[in-house]
Amino acid sequence: MPDPNAPPLLQVSDLAIEFASPERTIRAVDGISFSLASGSTLAVVGESGSGKSVTALSLARLLPSPPARVRSGKIVFDGTDLLTLPEAALRHYRGGRIAYVFQEPSTSLNPVFSVAFQLSEAMALHRRDLTDRRAAGVAALSEVGIRDPERCWKSYPHELSGGMQQRVMIAMALVCRPQLLVADEPTTALDVTIQAQILNLLREIRSRFGMAILLITHNFGLVKGFADHVVVMFRGKIVEQGPTDSLLASPRHPYTQALIACVPRLGESKKRLTTIDYDKLDALLSPA
Amino acid sequence: MNPVLTKRSGLWQQVIARPQGALALGLLGFLYLCALFAPLLAPYGPGDQDLQKPYHPPTGFTWTQDGLAVRLYENADPTQALYRPIPGKTATIHWFPAGHPYRLFGLLPCRRHLFGVEPPQKIYLLGSDSTGRDVFSRLLYGAQVSLSIGLIGISISLGVGLIAGGLAGYFGGWFDSLVMRTTELLMAIPGLYLLLALRGAFASQFGSGEVYLLIVVILSFLGWSGAARVIRGLTLSLRAQTFVEAAIVTGLSPWRILWRHLLPNLASYLLVAAALSIPGYILGEAALSFLGIGIQEPSASWGLMLAQAQEMKVFMCNFWWLLSPGAAVFVTVAAFNLLGDTLRDVIDPHFRTSDR
Amino acid sequence: MTSSTLSSPQPDSAHLSPILLEVEKLAVRYPLSGGFLGRSRRFVEPVKGVSFRIRARQTVGLVGESGSGKTTIGKAIVRLVSPHSGEIRYRQERIDTLSGARLRPYRKRVQMIFQDPHNSLNPRLTISRIVGEPLEIHFPALRAEERRSRAADLLQRVGLSPDSLDRYPHEFSGGQRQRIGIARALAVEPELIVCDEPVSALDVSVQAQIVNLLQDLQQDFSLAYLFISHDLAVVEHISDLVLVLNEGRIVEAAPPEELYRNPQNEYTRKLLAAVPSL
Repeated sequence: MPDPNAPPLLQVSDLAIEFASPERTIRAVDGISFSLASGSTLAVVGESGSGKSVTALSLARLLPSPPARVRSGKIVFDGTDLLTLPEAALRHYRGGRIAYVFQEPSTSLNPVFSVAFQLSEAMALHRRDLTDRRAAGVAALSEVGIRDPERCWKSYPHELSGGMQQRVMIAMALVCRPQLLVADEPTTALDVTIQAQILNLLREIRSRFGMAILLITHNFGLVKGFADHVVVMFRGKIVEQGPTDSLLASPRHPYTQALIACVPRLGESKKRLTTIDYDKLDALLSPA
Repeated sequence: MNPVLTKRSGLWQQVIARPQGALALGLLGFLYLCALFAPLLAPYGPGDQDLQKPYHPPTGFTWTQDGLAVRLYENADPTQALYRPIPGKTATIHWFPAGHPYRLFGLLPCRRHLFGVEPPQKIYLLGSDSTGRDVFSRLLYGAQVSLSIGLIGISISLGVGLIAGGLAGYFGGWFDSLVMRTTELLMAIPGLYLLLALRGAFASQFGSGEVYLLIVVILSFLGWSGAARVIRGLTLSLRAQTFVEAAIVTGLSPWRILWRHLLPNLASYLLVAAALSIPGYILGEAALSFLGIGIQEPSASWGLMLAQAQEMKVFMCNFWWLLSPGAAVFVTVAAFNLLGDTLRDVIDPHFRTSDR
Repeated sequence: MTSSTLSSPQPDSAHLSPILLEVEKLAVRYPLSGGFLGRSRRFVEPVKGVSFRIRARQTVGLVGESGSGKTTIGKAIVRLVSPHSGEIRYRQERIDTLSGARLRPYRKRVQMIFQDPHNSLNPRLTISRIVGEPLEIHFPALRAEERRSRAADLLQRVGLSPDSLDRYPHEFSGGQRQRIGIARALAVEPELIVCDEPVSALDVSVQAQIVNLLQDLQQDFSLAYLFISHDLAVVEHISDLVLVLNEGRIVEAAPPEELYRNPQNEYTRKLLAAVPSL
């Protein structure tokens, strides 16, 4: 368990990001602050358009600029403000110390290169110390629970199922031994059964390698038993954050309550699902 | 979300909004207007000779009390085609004088021309050729051939390519195999030799109009296969889109699906392809006419005019005006390529049917 | 296991209603590509002899993982793929042997809602044309303005404002596009709608809205659904009867409460365990 007195691995403070187009400027992230201790898991929960993915991408400055523009704030990672870092120095962080796993495994892997090539490429960029890339790659593949890592090493992305592709993506992230793994909706494109496996895998590698995980999701169902802390985002702002168990047990903000309520639960057949009443939320959120 | 384009009107607005698009459209608009109004703009007919004035240089302008006028020249040395302006002698330019009769757009009978001088004096804006014909007039008449051949050619080849490729991609099966094998066969034949052979196989005593048609048909015959293959591929990938399945479940007939759902999605590709392929036809016509197997005398086309300029290669540097059709070809081809590139820039980010 | 499908208990409300669709020993095969002149001796068989029936106003849930053949079954029912063997009957009439224009009356009765809201609407057509197209085909007597007003009514019914009519699909969010897809399916006034993972690509909050909308529409238009999903939690919420599909075969068929309380099959238990719990 992380030491509570150590400085956080990641400290985001007052971050605001805008998207500028000729017609108008949209503030996607509006002054958010949160922190993440090394070895712990933080879940950022929100609907599409809440700014959660923009937040995730901004950590390693992966947003295309223009149109994206950081208006204010700091992203301090392990004592360094990433927003002021020159591009060349940043490359060392990207994929190396901060690794990403995205939603669509089928498009995150390049279809014309083998798994071996793509894993080796990642190692060539971030793990110069590894001499036997093949052995390290196969080891990483077996670490992510692929039963026949030798065969997987030689295969091409289209020969793998969606769940396997996502495991390869995680292996690619793992092989660089990152301090922070950013998982942006890693299971949304997958079946429920595979989703459970991938989450178990992430949990397992976190405890094994002691890395921090930032999970981006729209589904509160994934948060319980996975994340230590939860940040709830709505329209670019953080509406509530806190330890997972207490937040789930007694959510204070009406939006958090609504988002938790709309997750379908087993054993409530033929009951109407709870939906979010945005008009009521607007009335609550905007001071008259 | 990105500013996405869906309406066709929006497309042209976006093309004009870019400087290179506005330039290309402006140039092409100007060129096609010139071709359309060629008989009105040209002071002389394409075949009007003046054997007294071969290789006449472009006439110089001057002001007189009667208004704008052109200088008159005397033929100082007929063997060298050396002309000298006669000091003090001018011919006043008349606006909309009556000249040789023609039909505007092939319909309206008309005798007026934009400008002219009192016969037997001549105005040569771009000089004259070996038989004293006005290069400027021939350039305008030649534009009618050279500019229309691209449009007609691309319509035929894209039309055939669309039907063959679209049906092959949508229905597959034996028709697909047939179309694909045919295109492979056509693409394996070296184009230039096929052109020469086909042209040779048809009688050389064809009239100008027939030769024009023949060239278009030959060029389109060679050109459709590439388009068909690309359209087939696009149709195949569109066919796999869910909205096509939705249309089938709705109960639409295959023809209606092709017409209503696939064609509009192919339109952007067709536009870009057309803009980028038209130069091929213009250059093809120019090449054929240059080789002497295209448009025949006394009709004018840019390729034919260049071929005649080449006959006089000894005098080439002295008679630079004879190269003006080359400049016209260059400007047209460049404008079409610029338009095609701009269209692609505008369309490409949203070319895929799903936008994210 | 398969035999239990036909005699499975039905909720009382649906028990008396007439049988709309009967699927009997349905098998679907695809040839593996390759082979001389496209002739192939090898096949994949995603659906291996599946039997079930759907009654009027009933919701039958079909759960399974990707590769279980659930989408193929849906496509076979709307005849996007042809069965290799077995029978599909709609109101006692065989529809697996029909093709072309003879399928048209059937297409007026049975419609489909698709998974991917980004791909299932033609990006080049306005919403009024997308929703109006089924009306053109199946109600040819309608005049253009009548079609338009009907399309507006349909949009309103699925929770979109009528001024959406002249807009294009890209101007809408995923959930809104799915509503448009539902309006298109409703346009022909069908009796049965095959919903192929209609909420899998959506946020949970939007998912709940769409599931509730489908339930409302079922009441108002007396619809029957075949609801295909990989998520047992959603299927359980909407279905009268759940079919669990594994590797092309139905391994369990039961009403949702029973399935949840007392799953008979190993695979069903695995699916249940995978549902995240709050």
